Amino acid sequence: MPTLPKLPKPPQIGLLKGLGVTLKTMLTPSTTQQYPHVKPALPPRSRGVIALMEENCTVCMLCARECPDWCIYIDSHKEVVPPKEEGARARTRNVLDRFAIDFALCMYCGICVEVCPFDALFWSPEFEYSTYSVRELTHEKEQLRVWMNTVPPPPELDEGADIPKEIEEGLKAARKAAEQAAAAAAPAEPAPGQAQTKAGGAAAGGAAQEEDIHVEAQVDQEVFDQLIAEGKSERVARAKAKAAYVRKEKARIRAERAGEGS
Amino acid sequence: MESLFDVGPLALSIGIKLLVMIGFFLTAPLVAGYMEHKVLAHQQDRLGPMEAGIGPIKHGVGQLVADGAKFLQKEDIIPAAADKWVFAIAPGVALIPALVILIVIPLGPGVFGVDLPAGVFFALAVSSVSVLGVLMAAWSSANKYSLMGGIRAAAQLIAYELPLVLGAAAVVLQAGTLSLVGIVEAQAEFRLFGIVPMWYVLPQAVGFLLFYVASLAELNRPPFDMPIADSEIIFGHMTEYTGIRYAFFMLAEYAGMVVLSAIATVLFLGGWYILPGVPPPAFDLWFIPGEVVAGLIGVGVTMGKILSLVFVMIWFRATFPRLREDQLQRMSWLVLIPLGLLNIVVIAIAKVFA
Repeated sequence: MPTLPKLPKPPQIGLLKGLGVTLKTMLTPSTTQQYPHVKPALPPRSRGVIALMEENCTVCMLCARECPDWCIYIDSHKEVVPPKEEGARARTRNVLDRFAIDFALCMYCGICVEVCPFDALFWSPEFEYSTYSVRELTHEKEQLRVWMNTVPPPPELDEGADIPKEIEEGLKAARKAAEQAAAAAAPAEPAPGQAQTKAGGAAAGGAAQEEDIHVEAQVDQEVFDQLIAEGKSERVARAKAKAAYVRKEKARIRAERAGEGS
Repeated sequence: MESLFDVGPLALSIGIKLLVMIGFFLTAPLVAGYMEHKVLAHQQDRLGPMEAGIGPIKHGVGQLVADGAKFLQKEDIIPAAADKWVFAIAPGVALIPALVILIVIPLGPGVFGVDLPAGVFFALAVSSVSVLGVLMAAWSSANKYSLMGGIRAAAQLIAYELPLVLGAAAVVLQAGTLSLVGIVEAQAEFRLFGIVPMWYVLPQAVGFLLFYVASLAELNRPPFDMPIADSEIIFGHMTEYTGIRYAFFMLAEYAGMVVLSAIATVLFLGGWYILPGVPPPAFDLWFIPGEVVAGLIGVGVTMGKILSLVFVMIWFRATFPRLREDQLQRMSWLVLIPLGLLNIVVIAIAKVFA
């Protein structure tokens, strides 16, 4: 039986729906960015270029060694620094002669930025450094230092995030000192006015005193010897002895002032 | 109605007509082309050309002028195996009909070259000549893709010439005249149910649909662009063309869009009439006589209608995917042509009994 030609289905509502989609797209503003006229709003951690804070560099060569494609070139020499005091030993210091990154080789992995122990390398969102020749893509430390100006400040912490470890330790130490100062001041100074607002007033007074007192750190020989006897290393012992000296000295000055006040 | 350009000696009026026609021919396709650039871009969530401009006006208004300058500088390659003379004149053959049709199209009251008694017949006959240019280009290129495109174009143009003529014939039947100016005047006098003044687009809705769809196919516009389907046969008959000859083909496409939209405007949308039954006002402006003012306003109204039809062509291009060759043929022979014949029968009966 011969097959009859199949009639096409009549046009359906989909045709109009399609027209509706294109019309709606036409009436909504385009998302195109007019790049050379309007700069893109890049996120602060964009990997545009690697900037060098030359002052922080100690020529430790970690970045150059960790670089997977060996695109960091570092030259340096040693310089003798004359001793500060008469008769002391002269020190040597590394001076950076050349720090260059070949961005034709760089694969923007960021390992050098991660590995730098002295915060000398940073990511910058700057990206407009294309050149007409591959050779011009090797940028020296002068240009890398200029890019440092485009590095954005570290991003704000998220709301409810933990305080960074360093700041938290510092705050803890300051609070502890304030409490100690308050505890030291409270029996020595039973002032009628301060008695009512004991906790708040004492903390404020302690903080105010903290700013006044300045003690030049010295090693407390007694504590040092004791710590050495306990088997602590010399470095730890010296640091702890210094801290102990400062604490003792501050407590002494506070007691003196309290005596004068009463 | 007399043409406004019939002033003084014959040579002078012919000169004026040629100047106006060529001026319109060189500007209207540019406007349509710019519109296609921008409308298509925005419908695809792009911006389109933004840089090239004329003076301080940017947004790509000068893009087509720049493109034209670029095409002029490009090398004009004629393939070694090509039939050189045919290859060279094919773009002209595709382009000239659009220019010739402009003679009979009324853009405003009195703004036309000549009011031919058989204007519709002349316009449709001449527009079919551009097919010849396509076939010449396809055959002479000595390229299999060009030839495939040419054969597809031939099949498509035979299939869609019929609905185009059937749609126009129904209008002629209703208006009772073949003259394009006469059809505009007849539409002004037409009253729907004897009361509401209305253009032919409403009583002739089927005819308008047929004419519009068929003119899209005649122009090889998407969704009927099988003959130049670039994903299958490179660019059909234009594959081997470069430089200014290629630009001629592109110009022919945009001129064709404008010309066929102009014919549709005259046949179905009331030509230069601002609203059904409302002609452009004729008042004296300083030293300009009222006739000329009305003619200028009429040209503006006609251009507005032409450009809205061109807009819909662009809109279709952005929206609909290309038809397959068999779907294309089936749509014409099994749907549009029977519909056109039925339309003529219905219109004829209505004409006799009204």
